Amino acid sequence: MKAMNPVLKALIDYAVPIMFILLVAVAAPLSGLSVEFLANEVMMRLARNSFLILSLLIPVMAGMGMNFGMVLGAMAGEIVLILITDWRIVGIPGILLAMLISTPIAIVFGYFAGVVLNKAKGREMVTGLMLGFFMNGVYQLIVLYGMGKVIPITNKEILLTRGYGIRNAINLEGIRQSLDNLIKLNLFGVQVPVATLLVIAALCLFIIWFRRTKLGQDMRTVGQDMDIARTVGIDVDRTRVVSIVISTVLASYGMIIFLQNMGTLNTYNSHEQIGFFCIAALLVGGASVAKASIPNVFLGVILFHTVFVVSPRAGAQLIGEAQLGEYFRVFITYGVIAFSLALYAWRRKVERENERKKQMMLHRAALQGKGGAGFAQADR
Amino acid sequence: MKEKLQAVISGIGLPRLLIGLFLVSLFVIAPFVGVRVDTSINDVIARFAMNAVLVLSLVPMIKSGCGLNFGLQLGVIAGLIGAVTSLELKLIGLAGFLAAMGIAIFFAVIFGWLYGILLNKVKGDEMVVATYVGFSVVSLMCIMWLVLPYKSPDMIWAYGGSGLRTTISVEDYWFHILNDFLKIELGSHIEIPTGALLFFALLAFIIWAFFRTKLGTAMEAVGSNPEYARSCGINVDRVRIVSVIMSTVYAAIGIIVYQQSFGFIQLYNGPLLMSFPAIAAILLGGASVNKVKIWNVVVGAVLFQGILTMTPSVINNIIQSDMSETIRIIVSNGMIVYALTRKMKVRA
Repeated sequence: MKAMNPVLKALIDYAVPIMFILLVAVAAPLSGLSVEFLANEVMMRLARNSFLILSLLIPVMAGMGMNFGMVLGAMAGEIVLILITDWRIVGIPGILLAMLISTPIAIVFGYFAGVVLNKAKGREMVTGLMLGFFMNGVYQLIVLYGMGKVIPITNKEILLTRGYGIRNAINLEGIRQSLDNLIKLNLFGVQVPVATLLVIAALCLFIIWFRRTKLGQDMRTVGQDMDIARTVGIDVDRTRVVSIVISTVLASYGMIIFLQNMGTLNTYNSHEQIGFFCIAALLVGGASVAKASIPNVFLGVILFHTVFVVSPRAGAQLIGEAQLGEYFRVFITYGVIAFSLALYAWRRKVERENERKKQMMLHRAALQGKGGAGFAQADR
Repeated sequence: MKEKLQAVISGIGLPRLLIGLFLVSLFVIAPFVGVRVDTSINDVIARFAMNAVLVLSLVPMIKSGCGLNFGLQLGVIAGLIGAVTSLELKLIGLAGFLAAMGIAIFFAVIFGWLYGILLNKVKGDEMVVATYVGFSVVSLMCIMWLVLPYKSPDMIWAYGGSGLRTTISVEDYWFHILNDFLKIELGSHIEIPTGALLFFALLAFIIWAFFRTKLGTAMEAVGSNPEYARSCGINVDRVRIVSVIMSTVYAAIGIIVYQQSFGFIQLYNGPLLMSFPAIAAILLGGASVNKVKIWNVVVGAVLFQGILTMTPSVINNIIQSDMSETIRIIVSNGMIVYALTRKMKVRA
């Protein structure tokens, strides 16, 4: 590993972003979409998705990998948006109230997720993923059977005809793009939702500030080595739970921002794919399971969503089948995650094996006595 | 007395006990809400025969320490290729069924071999990588089903004429070929698919016998203590690959057994989430991430399929609404989360 060519190492480190840059370079001209259209699409998606993806950063810092449990936060956001729609609170006050109410729900969900993940150390990602699927059932129980029965819903328009349970799609016209349209700028034909971007910028500042706090430092220590963290007196389990709670709360806000832009809520599907797409985008931006930064988020959104916009068109132009491009983008979403996770796991395994070899050499050297000890020291 | 009770509970396992009691109570309530017990039993047996091989396919990988096979879809895909190709060749009856299995096994060996190499590279993170490998392969195959040059009019879209349909009937080919073999009818409501059950028993016996061979014991050693296995001169990586190939081949056979019973081949996103019910079933049967016995497969498949059969009919009759899908999601995924949060016991 030591002797690895630095150029090769960089190529492997940034394999996914490089692949995507090439993909964009090939597919964007093929799609025949205009630069202005593309720029508008990407700007809209940047505003729509960045907050959600930023919510993933803090658990990475705490060494818990990609937070597949962010879906729980998204669910909290959705539940609250259904209530807000029922209460007919519109515009910015609606969004603010939604964020306010979703906070305690997301804290409860996040706490639950954190406790579960603490019981599955070393398997956080697969457990988080399954937790998301599990909570999807709980979400259905609440929204499909609880709402209108246990939780009072007065607006007949969002209820199923049987009298309880929420419809498959809800029109969020009350809050549709109210944040995006608050301050809107037209820059060379590109619509820029300034207010949304300001909120995202504020979150970035929060994350930068948070990293420097005592808690942020603790999280990094926990992320690097739980045993060391424990010996310096950090409550490892609590720190990990806090990181997941923060992530879940941010994800619920992110989902509210996402949905105010979309304008409709697919009651039972919106959250399912959110986790996959956000994680894929972050990985495309060059992040790994152990390291993710704010630039990764933005590079990721831009690259991933450009490919997303152009691939159906490129598929249609190239093979005459738009459905193919549709399947292709699902494939790259999953493929990117599989590839990045495998690459990371492979590296970690190689490192572990090197470490073991080194330990064995030190051990052998120690057995050989004085000369060996000298060798061991020289090796350091 | 209390300690004895606790010992019994921990012996059976709390989740299994709860689910078992739930299932028994469903059977007790059933007649009172107008659900026939005999048809219910029939359904449970039929579903067991349909799914048991898929559950069984998880065993080799758990034994070798590769964890729960979240990439089960790889084997399923091999099975789908086998089934679709056999239909394309217009092979009917036993010939078609055997051809489907032969082709499926061929692809499963190749897929399993590559998949095994990958899993060896990511030791310690097999499950999360496997999940996404499974998802990616299913979505890649979505593209392939559209572009592969299959021509049989029974399988391609009626209009347009290119690409395979999402569901393909095997009615005219090898529908119920196992189920109807030596079928026993008890009264007018219970049909025992003897052939499918015997086939499962045969496959289970092969696994049981395999773990008594030299390679089988080596596999167990690799699973329980890889360091020790290595020091005994076992080629750990090779043994793991063998286990992955076995699991993948069994999954491929499993999906064909499923299809002959169900009557349809489901392509595109059909297999996407197929690993979860199988995994939930084996965990429900008492397996853990790194420990499994054949009877876990049988108990798990019966309990899981029992719940799936009984909750829609009984619960729906009680509360007059269809909660079965939601209950299925909560039980199966909850079971997997529960198992993942158990501490891994290192066996001596």
